[in-house]
Amino acid sequence: MLAYIARRIVYVVPIVISVALVCFLLVHITPGDPLVAVLPADASQELAAQLRTAYGFDRPLPVQFGLWLLRALHGDLGNSIATGRPVLAEVMRAVGNTVTLAIAAAIIGFTMGILLGLIAGYFRETWIDKVATSFAIAGVSVPHYWLGMLLVIVFSVQLNWLPAVGAGPSGSNSWAWDWAHLKYLVLPAITTSVIPMGIVTRTVRALTGDILSQDFVEALRAKGLHERGVFRHVIKNAAPTALAVMGLQLGYMLGGSILIETVFSWPGSGFLLNSAIFQRDLPLLQGTILILALFFVFLNLLVDIAQAAIDPRIKRG
Amino acid sequence: MSELPLSATADAALQAAPATKARGYWATVGRRIRRDKVSMACALVLLLIFLSAILAPWLGLEDPYKGSMIRRLRHIGTPGYPLGTDELGRDMLARLIYGGRLSLVIGILPVILAFGIGTSLGLIAGYVGGKLNTAIMRTIDVFYAFPSVLLAIAISGALGAGILNSIVSLTVVFVPQITRVAESVTTGVRNMDFVEAARASGAGPFTIMRVHILGNVLGAIFVYATSLISVSMILAAGLSFLGLGTKPPEPEWGLMLNTLRTAIYVNPWVAALPGAMIFAVSICFNLLSDGLRSAMDIRN
Repeated sequence: MLAYIARRIVYVVPIVISVALVCFLLVHITPGDPLVAVLPADASQELAAQLRTAYGFDRPLPVQFGLWLLRALHGDLGNSIATGRPVLAEVMRAVGNTVTLAIAAAIIGFTMGILLGLIAGYFRETWIDKVATSFAIAGVSVPHYWLGMLLVIVFSVQLNWLPAVGAGPSGSNSWAWDWAHLKYLVLPAITTSVIPMGIVTRTVRALTGDILSQDFVEALRAKGLHERGVFRHVIKNAAPTALAVMGLQLGYMLGGSILIETVFSWPGSGFLLNSAIFQRDLPLLQGTILILALFFVFLNLLVDIAQAAIDPRIKRG
Repeated sequence: MSELPLSATADAALQAAPATKARGYWATVGRRIRRDKVSMACALVLLLIFLSAILAPWLGLEDPYKGSMIRRLRHIGTPGYPLGTDELGRDMLARLIYGGRLSLVIGILPVILAFGIGTSLGLIAGYVGGKLNTAIMRTIDVFYAFPSVLLAIAISGALGAGILNSIVSLTVVFVPQITRVAESVTTGVRNMDFVEAARASGAGPFTIMRVHILGNVLGAIFVYATSLISVSMILAAGLSFLGLGTKPPEPEWGLMLNTLRTAIYVNPWVAALPGAMIFAVSICFNLLSDGLRSAMDIRN
């Protein structure tokens, strides 16, 4: 097991370096000089040349990448052009809100998905299965930013039950787990949960169906095991794959929150990314994407290790 | 038009694979999918949306660009404006139908491009194997380290707003996914006896890939690609929704949804209409793709 973990971690190193390379190159695929973003509009030639040297833009690309990576390893991702504050601090503050949203959405989406999937798989080809499957397909097909708008229309505009935008009452600077804050979380969390709900439902349904049609289930039933016991076997066998899918979905929720955070003005990493794009704040754009991608890589690593730990069928040799 | 790629692929497969077996298989698939009511209903809805988008200028609609300050945000069912008007007083029905033109192109084109590029890459990686396979597949792995929405936003955000940039960024998102599928099915086929026989009879690698392997793997890759159209539609409209795709005053569903967002307090249901179009196209492609997949799975 330890050897497997060590090997898996070693495999992550080149991925992390490549991810950093992609993030580094992002700034260089932007049309025009990357310097334009930091340069005042009326800057003189001398100032431009001075800044070019200061930012290291006059050096060859591989050298620039090396220096950038070295600084990034020390936690220095540069300063935001818009605010002047360090990128890392800005991103980490926003990521906290995204994590809150993703966890709330995961609780809703995974619970619903597992329940619907188990029921659909157990009652395969009946009307119950059809209803659950329709939910799942609607969940993966709905443009979630539009669903968010619909929820705002119904619950904020028409019924006036829940706030439409923001992450807490005015005057509140940080998140808290009380109702005053939680009611801001309800709509974004439901909106975020529909895609994982759909995907987990489909996965668990397929797994349940496959497991129930295997010979050992027949044998269990022939030996007189009650249905609850059979169900326990189904869950145990489905768990590793379902867990892997859910881990991946959690990663997608963390990294792909930009549309929903924009709809609800949720002050997370996606919202930050949005403002970085439109203010052409390239260091902030680069840093946010790097941090989110690294989150995703390490989440994948954790899922792989957890899966190997609970599933003896996965070869660890 | 939704039927078009299917029959085109079927034709390609007919030419490529051994004649008697292939005709039987694709004919069976065709018969099975025609019997599937859900798939046929979805195909019909898509056909209507495609046809109305293509024929929009000849449908006697209002000018989708012409607004009026005195008839802004009319409700659904207003005489003369069956689906109301938008925030600049432009006819919603006309804009929704014209909007299909851009929305469908920017949603579907990336998948078609990625299908071409990904199939070629996967075929080469799977057939040639060795170092080339490692080089291609490890590069693909890097893109898998990004959640797809994040990757699309990152590329689009760096390149800047624009239709072309949005198509490029979505193509980059889908190429790795299709390459992986293409590589895995090709690896499954390359060591089969008929490939060996073709090689023994003197066929070159290019001929073997084009004639013997492509015909056997294209169906599986194609079904996978159709399942991506739904995501692509949602993401393409999403980029426009963020302001990274189409620019005003162009009618496009994602952009319309964005500009109408402020109108939800005045006329919410008109504001929600463009999203309903994205949803309809996306769910129909998903159901059709599911239907195609189970029709091709003859063992059941």
